Amino acid sequence: MSGAIVLLPDRQLEALKDAYRKAAFAKRLNTAVVVTVSLVLIALSAVQAEIDPHTFITKIGGFFSYFDRLMTLESGARVWTDPIEWFWSFKRNVRLIGETIVMAYVGTLTGAVVAFTLNFLASPNLTANSGIVFIARRGLEFCRTVPSVVFALMFVVAFGLGPLPGVLAIAIHTAGALGKQFFETTENIDMKPVEGLRSAGGSYTQTIRFAVVPQVLASFATFSLLRFEINVREATVLGFVGAGGIGQDLMESIRKFYYSDVSAILVLIIAVVMTIDISTQYLRRALLSEGRGR
Amino acid sequence: MTSTDIAALRARYPQHFAPDIKARALTTGVLACMIALYVASFVYFDVPWSRIGPGFRQLGWFIEEMFPPDPGGHLFTYLNALGETLAIAWLGTLLGAAFALPFGILAARNVIPSAWLRLPFKRFFDMIRGVDTLIWALIWINVVGLGPFAGVLAIAISDFGALGKLFAEIVESADRREPEGVRASGGGRLAEIRFGLLPQVLPVIAGQILYYIESNTRSATIIGVVGAGGIGLHLSEQIRVLEWKQVSFLILLILISVAVIDYISSRLRAAMAGRKAARN
Repeated sequence: MSGAIVLLPDRQLEALKDAYRKAAFAKRLNTAVVVTVSLVLIALSAVQAEIDPHTFITKIGGFFSYFDRLMTLESGARVWTDPIEWFWSFKRNVRLIGETIVMAYVGTLTGAVVAFTLNFLASPNLTANSGIVFIARRGLEFCRTVPSVVFALMFVVAFGLGPLPGVLAIAIHTAGALGKQFFETTENIDMKPVEGLRSAGGSYTQTIRFAVVPQVLASFATFSLLRFEINVREATVLGFVGAGGIGQDLMESIRKFYYSDVSAILVLIIAVVMTIDISTQYLRRALLSEGRGR
Repeated sequence: MTSTDIAALRARYPQHFAPDIKARALTTGVLACMIALYVASFVYFDVPWSRIGPGFRQLGWFIEEMFPPDPGGHLFTYLNALGETLAIAWLGTLLGAAFALPFGILAARNVIPSAWLRLPFKRFFDMIRGVDTLIWALIWINVVGLGPFAGVLAIAISDFGALGKLFAEIVESADRREPEGVRASGGGRLAEIRFGLLPQVLPVIAGQILYYIESNTRSATIIGVVGAGGIGLHLSEQIRVLEWKQVSFLILLILISVAVIDYISSRLRAAMAGRKAARN
């Protein structure tokens, strides 16, 4: 097409432009309000959190030199020049990381079993009594909202130092977090198999076993694997409050400025978390494809 | 259906009644391994069984002691610390998001097609994500000293890792046609991102940021345990000195503020989703 650009008559164009300007203005006003409110909140928070840009600028160099020191041995050489010196406590750290993973495993499994039991009670399509549903849901919410470090602090006082309080803290938090994901899944199942089993005279447990579980099991397993990965990460810090795992050693090394030890432990943690991340991802994909194939 | 009918069906379709031995063996095997590992780890932990009974009794006593919750004359201090916690969550998330946005866009496949340039960003995000917020808090305390500032930076850096990855995924799932339209009408590479990509992804990103503010309120409550500001410091102190009435008051404060933030953020997210749906 050549030279066929049609210009609207000016008067018509004016009206359109006017409408566009109004629409654009409304949108910009909206953005401006959001930005202003955010800025006011930022300013208030900055005062509350005692943010001092001056300190930050003078000390930001310290952050990078900190990483520089993390990569330096006591002798002044770079860490990778002498891996044996860098990982001098390799055996102990691997044992502690193993303990951390096992804590996460036991905590996740315990929490998942509790969540599995409670989620049917928290689903209104399976539990007719709204009182039970309410209590189950609030209970799970409490377990999920109180941070696991808080539980760990309390359990350390009650049970003494060691992995047991950490496992219990993880289990409680996992029960709350998984419980919510579980009942949200159970709520949305296809009710036809349930009705079928009920009409054929199936008991409550039979209904759950043969009508509900086959529908939800794959997604429950996926959620639990994801939660296991999160829990491994979380278990690394429970040692900060004395609840077992590698956290205790890590905190001591950071506080006492044993730079190369800090980086050795961090490298191990990152390697383990990434490995678990990748393997659970693989397992989850396999589970999902199997669930779909059925 | 009587039992004779079932017997007749069983005779006619034996394949539907035969147990699937392979699947059952697999399930049993996996379950057996999991249970064995579970039991073995209790042995490995050398659990002090003798402490479990007294431990639970003590917990019961703690819970009894917790009622009624009572600030013990420190109400103002605690509210101030709560404000600090909220400020840490808000500032930390925004700071992390501000840094994550450009890097997240650069890590997206449809912006930087070359895997060699893109993958280092993704691995970098994974490394940062692998380190927990509390560890970052300890590191920042070494750099900027004790106080809420270290908390803000800790939340910011761990959010940088998490949000960077998330933003990259959001950008990758964006519709290709809009940037193509911008390119077709003569826009440059930057114009493509600004007018073709950002308008698509910003509402989703804003929703995710809100969600992270919500979940960081929870993280910020414990960041004080290592001395990085907020209500966690008081909480861990009161637990250590066994002032259970004040502990329960602090937990109550946390529960209420998390619920309020949840409510506000879910309302805002619903409003944003609604607006987006109406526009499409």
